[in-house]
Amino acid sequence: MSTSLLVSLIVLLPLAGTAVLLAFGRRLGEPLAGIVGTVSVVGAFAAACVASMDFITGTGGTETVRWFSWLPALGVDLELRWDALASLMAMVVTGVGALIHVYSIGYMHGDARFPRFFAYLNLFVTSMLILVLANGFAVMFIGWELVGLSSYLLISFWFERDSAAAAGKKAFVVNRVGDVGFIVALMLIFSVFGSLSFDDVLGQAPDLLSEGMATAIGLLLFVGAAGKSAQLPLYVWLPDAMEGPTPVSALIHAATMVTAGVYLIARTAIIFEIGPAAAAVVAIVGAATALFAATIAVAQSDIKRVLAYSTISQLGFMFLAVGAAAHVAGVFHLMTHAFFKALLFLGAGAVIHGMSGEQDMGRMGGLRKAMPLTFATMGIGWLAIAGIPPFAGFWSKDEILASVFGMGGMWVVLWAMGMVAALLTAFYMTRMMWRTFFGAPRWADGTHPHDPPASMKLPLVVLAAFAVVAGLINTPWKLGLEHFLAPVFSGVHLTHPPVGSILWTLAAIAVAVAVIGIALGIRRYRAEHAEDSGAWALMNRGYYVDDVYGEVFARTGKLGAAWLAFRFDAKVIDGLVEGTGSLTRRVATAVRPLQTGFVRTYSVGIVIGSVALLVWFLVRGGVV
Amino acid sequence: MIVTPGWYMALAAVLFVIGMSGILLRRNALVMFMSVELMLNAVNLTFVAAGRELRLIEGQISMLFVMVVAAAEVVVGLAIIVAVFRRRQTASVDDLAELHG
Repeated sequence: MSTSLLVSLIVLLPLAGTAVLLAFGRRLGEPLAGIVGTVSVVGAFAAACVASMDFITGTGGTETVRWFSWLPALGVDLELRWDALASLMAMVVTGVGALIHVYSIGYMHGDARFPRFFAYLNLFVTSMLILVLANGFAVMFIGWELVGLSSYLLISFWFERDSAAAAGKKAFVVNRVGDVGFIVALMLIFSVFGSLSFDDVLGQAPDLLSEGMATAIGLLLFVGAAGKSAQLPLYVWLPDAMEGPTPVSALIHAATMVTAGVYLIARTAIIFEIGPAAAAVVAIVGAATALFAATIAVAQSDIKRVLAYSTISQLGFMFLAVGAAAHVAGVFHLMTHAFFKALLFLGAGAVIHGMSGEQDMGRMGGLRKAMPLTFATMGIGWLAIAGIPPFAGFWSKDEILASVFGMGGMWVVLWAMGMVAALLTAFYMTRMMWRTFFGAPRWADGTHPHDPPASMKLPLVVLAAFAVVAGLINTPWKLGLEHFLAPVFSGVHLTHPPVGSILWTLAAIAVAVAVIGIALGIRRYRAEHAEDSGAWALMNRGYYVDDVYGEVFARTGKLGAAWLAFRFDAKVIDGLVEGTGSLTRRVATAVRPLQTGFVRTYSVGIVIGSVALLVWFLVRGGVV
Repeated sequence: MIVTPGWYMALAAVLFVIGMSGILLRRNALVMFMSVELMLNAVNLTFVAAGRELRLIEGQISMLFVMVVAAAEVVVGLAIIVAVFRRRQTASVDDLAELHG
């Protein structure tokens, strides 16, 4: 099969799955609907792998697949772009997506809207694939928005719960704030290049883009990316998004959708190279987010919220990388994180499943004997995210931090922030593992923890395997991913980690930090440990950022809306409308007496009118 | 004395003003009706006179039209007046002022 057909199939298969499930899902029922959904994504994954072969062997070039002309007036075609970056993203999305589909068959067992769930999951995969395969900002924006839509649908999947409905709404609104930046960036790009296609924009950027314009576009793109990828200050929706079913948290809010922002910046790397100030902002916000979210993760008691803040923190690392122009390192971490964070989320889902819906770690403990497989796989995820070699997270996180350190100057501060965040990461993940799997059971009465069914075990094992080995594709002595992605970043100056003894020293520091973090965590949580200090409460509430946002934005918004509704609308708008009526009424009252009802009054009027007309004609005709 | 068209016009004007005065001054619906007829026929007179003077047949045609319409109008008008009189025992138009504003 030709590459273009395969690339089209990557998008069309999940799209067909969505259509079939929406139309016939109820008739297919459980588990057939799940199987249909899974097969479509597995098919897309297979197509992506086959089409990627050329890149893996190093012989592939960028291919564009033109579907049709969409907006001829703007020169926008519905076109897909198949290059190494797109192929990597497509493989991660469909690969992790397929595993999570399998997992969902077990996890969503017995849910009343089982087929609808898979329809939404397939829609999400389709959207994400449109996003990463688009050959232009316009088509990417379709995927960008569809991803937001499917995320909304899935977060509030259990919309009977008020909190789930509210969380979906919050995610949608916060994402929309970011989208404003993205749209304005698109307008600026179109005004400069007269085109939204990647070929034109990225190809001509060095000639057409001034530094100021590049900075402006870069910052606006980053606003969009920060919304989608939950960076400061737009991260607040992600922890709440944990209201969705756990597979959704794993797929969307850990592995794929939230990486869209990182992908966007890596894709538009050249713009950030021309506008280095924008890149610096990306790196600073990334480092700050990594550190900030890690401190909050330390104090969460809900197992999924720990992972949610951990995701925000890890995304911060990716932004730090792409901001420092270490795009390969950023994409590398994106990929390894997709594996181990999906693994951790699915493990958490297995725990919640086994504990009959319990998410509070305060009522867990001692689960390692009851759920050995879950414990073993999550343990691998824990070591991977903590940065213990040779697990996946070590290689990517170390490459990011080493690259940032290698830039010298003020970047060392960002490196230090990253290191502290890494220390905290090891600490809070250890805390999570210990509170969940070690110590004495604190289960609620009548809970019988057990390992999940086979359909949920399989993805855990596969993802655990990837979490172990995925880091090996880009080790300092064998830069596989670097070569794989090289053609994509051919025109961009990439930051590489330093070589020689510095690299090894940095790696040793990173490992030491990870070990110290784990040791501290074990020491503190080996025995029961009260968590009630003031600082703990502060971090538990996420520094009250949500409350502040609630006061500042939500309350102001509500006040504004109330003013519009009860003042402006009631007085001004209604005043205009009712004023039209009362004016008519008043004029009518004023002229009513003219109608006397006496025929002779009217006759006088006719006579006077006729005479006046006659006089006018005579005068006009010059007779008088 | 030769009767020139001017005389016809003068007579028509006098008849028209008499009719108009009747409309404006009388209250009895029947009398007002007759006044209307008087005004219509004053106009007819001008049509015929002008038509004869200008050697045009249209003057007479117009007159015939007016007479036909007037006849039809009389039928409807008299029927209304009779109906009103039956109900109210009066033909005074000032008593029929229900449509005042």
